[in-house]
Amino acid sequence: MTSIRHLNLHDVTKWIVLIILSAFLLLMLMPFVLVTLNSVKTEAEFGLYGPLSLPRGLNFTSLIDFWNRVNFTQVLINSTYISLTVAIFGVILSLLNAFALGVGKIRGRVWILVFFLMANFLPQEALAYPLYYFAKFFHVYDTALSVILVFTVIQSAFGTYLLSSVFSAFPRELIEAATLDGCSKLGLLEYIVAPLSLPTLSVLFVFFFIWTWNEFFLPLILLPSNANQTVPLAMAVNQGQYGMNITAQSASGLLGMLPCIIFFLIFQRTLTRGITAGGIK
Amino acid sequence: MQERALPQERRALEPMKKNTLSIDKGYGVFLIPGIIAFFLIIIFPFMINLGISFTTWNGIGKPIWVGLKNFQTLINDSVFWLSFKNDLILLIAMTIIPTIVGLLLATFLFDYITSNFGQSVSSFFRAGFYLPQIIPGAVAAIVWEWILQPDWGVVNYVLKAVGLSSWTHDWFGDPSTALLAVMVVLVWVQLGYPVVIFMAALQRIEPEILEAASIDGASWLQKFYYITIHLIRPEILVVVLTTSIYTLKIFGQVYVLTRGGPGNVTNVPSYYAYKNFFETQQVGYGSAISLAMAAIIIVLTVVFINMQSRQEREESV
Repeated sequence: MTSIRHLNLHDVTKWIVLIILSAFLLLMLMPFVLVTLNSVKTEAEFGLYGPLSLPRGLNFTSLIDFWNRVNFTQVLINSTYISLTVAIFGVILSLLNAFALGVGKIRGRVWILVFFLMANFLPQEALAYPLYYFAKFFHVYDTALSVILVFTVIQSAFGTYLLSSVFSAFPRELIEAATLDGCSKLGLLEYIVAPLSLPTLSVLFVFFFIWTWNEFFLPLILLPSNANQTVPLAMAVNQGQYGMNITAQSASGLLGMLPCIIFFLIFQRTLTRGITAGGIK
Repeated sequence: MQERALPQERRALEPMKKNTLSIDKGYGVFLIPGIIAFFLIIIFPFMINLGISFTTWNGIGKPIWVGLKNFQTLINDSVFWLSFKNDLILLIAMTIIPTIVGLLLATFLFDYITSNFGQSVSSFFRAGFYLPQIIPGAVAAIVWEWILQPDWGVVNYVLKAVGLSSWTHDWFGDPSTALLAVMVVLVWVQLGYPVVIFMAALQRIEPEILEAASIDGASWLQKFYYITIHLIRPEILVVVLTTSIYTLKIFGQVYVLTRGGPGNVTNVPSYYAYKNFFETQQVGYGSAISLAMAAIIIVLTVVFINMQSRQEREESV
C-alpha cells in the first residue's frame, strides 16, 4: 500500500520536474520562436496584436523584402563557398601537419604543437591590420580568397592540435607493417592514416565549416562590399539601414539563424561527438 | 614479424633496426606547407603588428617611430582600462554563470532525466540548450536587439502589458542597463557549451563509485560535491579557460548591439582596437591594444597547458 503511494508520488514529482525543465528550455528557445512568429506577420498585424500573438496568416512579405534587399541568394553563395573551401583545405592542412607531428613524432613536436595552439588562441586583432594591408597590397582585398587563405590557416591551427593528439595513439604496428611492405610515407597517409581517421576528419570538417560561417571580425575588415559579404556580415551591416521596420528586423534575424539551424539538424551527431572529443566550441 | 625474426635472431634483428629508423624518418616534409602558411598568415603579420605598435601611423603615409609611447599612453588610458574592466565583468556572463548553471543542468539531465525518461529525452534537452551556440554571434545579437528594442521589443511590451511600465528601459541605450543587457545575450549564447561538455564528462564516471557512496549514506549533494566535481575537473578546467579566452575576443555582439556605447560603458578591448584601426586611424595605438590582448591570452594559454599537464601527471600516478 505505502509502496504504491510512494510510487505515485515519485511519478508525479517526475512529471512536474520535466514540466519545469521544459519551461526553462522553452524560455531558452523563445528568441527563435518569437523571431519566427513575427517574421510572417504584416506590420499592421504587429501593431495591432503585438509581438506575442500568433500570426493570423502566413505573410512572407518581410522575408522576401529583406531577402531581396541584401541579395540573400548571393550572400548564401558567398558564405557557402568560403566555408566549404576553408573546411576542405583546413582539413587537408591539419592532416598533413598532424601526420608529421602525431604519427611521425618528429623532434620538437611538443613545442610545435604549443605554437599551433597559441596561433589558434591568438586574438585576430593582433593580425588584423597587417592582413588588411597585405590583402590590399596583393590585390585580394574584398575577395573571397583573402578570407579563405586566412581562415584555412587559423582553423587548421586547431585541427593540427586536435588531430595530433588523436594520431599519437595511432597503432604503430600498422605503420610498421605497411612500411615493411614497401609503402611510402605518402602512401601511409593516403591509404592508412587518412581512411582510418575519417570520423575525426569529418568532425573537423563540420566544425571548420560552421566556425568559418559564423566568423565576423576578419570578414568585416576584409570584405567591405555588399556583393562579397557573408551571412552574419550582411545581417549586421544592414541593421538600421533602409529604415528597417519591426517585421523586417525579425525577418533578418530569422534568415541569419535558419542556415545554422539546418546545419545543426543535419550534423547534430557529428557536432556533439566533436565537442566532447576536443573540448571544442 | 616476431615469428619471422625467430629462426635467426641475430641476422634478422639488424635489418629490423634499420627499418625502425627509416620508419621514423621522412615526416618533416609534410610539415612544410603548414609551416610556410603559418609563417605567412600568422607569424609574419604578428611581427609586423608588433613593429607597428612602436610607431604612430594613420595607415596611409609613413609610420613614424615613437618607441614605447603607445604603451605609455595605454597604461594611462582610462578608456582602455574601462574596456578591460568590462571584459572582466563579462567574464561573469561568459564563464562563471554558464559553468555553474551548466554543471547543475548537466548533472541534473544526466542523473535525473536520463534515469527517469531515458537517453533520448535528455539528449533532446541537451540539443535544445546547445542551439544558441551555433548561431553566429552577430546574428544572436540582432535577435536580442529586436527583443529588447525600446519601443516595440518583446520585453518592454510584456512589462507594459503586466502594468510594469516604469520598468521599461532603452536596454542597450541606457548606460545603467547596457552592459547588463549585453550580459544577458552572452549567457543565452554560452550556456549550452558547458552542458554538452559536462554531460560527456559525466559518462566517464563509473556508476559503481556513486553507488558505493550512496550505500555509505552520502546525500546527492555530497556525491555531487565530493565525487562528481572532483572527477570532471579536467573538463571544468577546459570550459573555464576556453571561455575566458573567448571573453577577451568578444567583438561581434558589441559591434552589433552597442558599438561600445553609450559613452564607453560596453566598450571591450577588441572593439577598442578595431575603432583605433579603422575609425580613428590610430593604427599604432590599435596595435598596442591588440598586443596587450595577445599577452593576456598567451599567459592564459600557458596556465592552461601547465594545469592540464599537471592534471595528467596526477592522474597517471
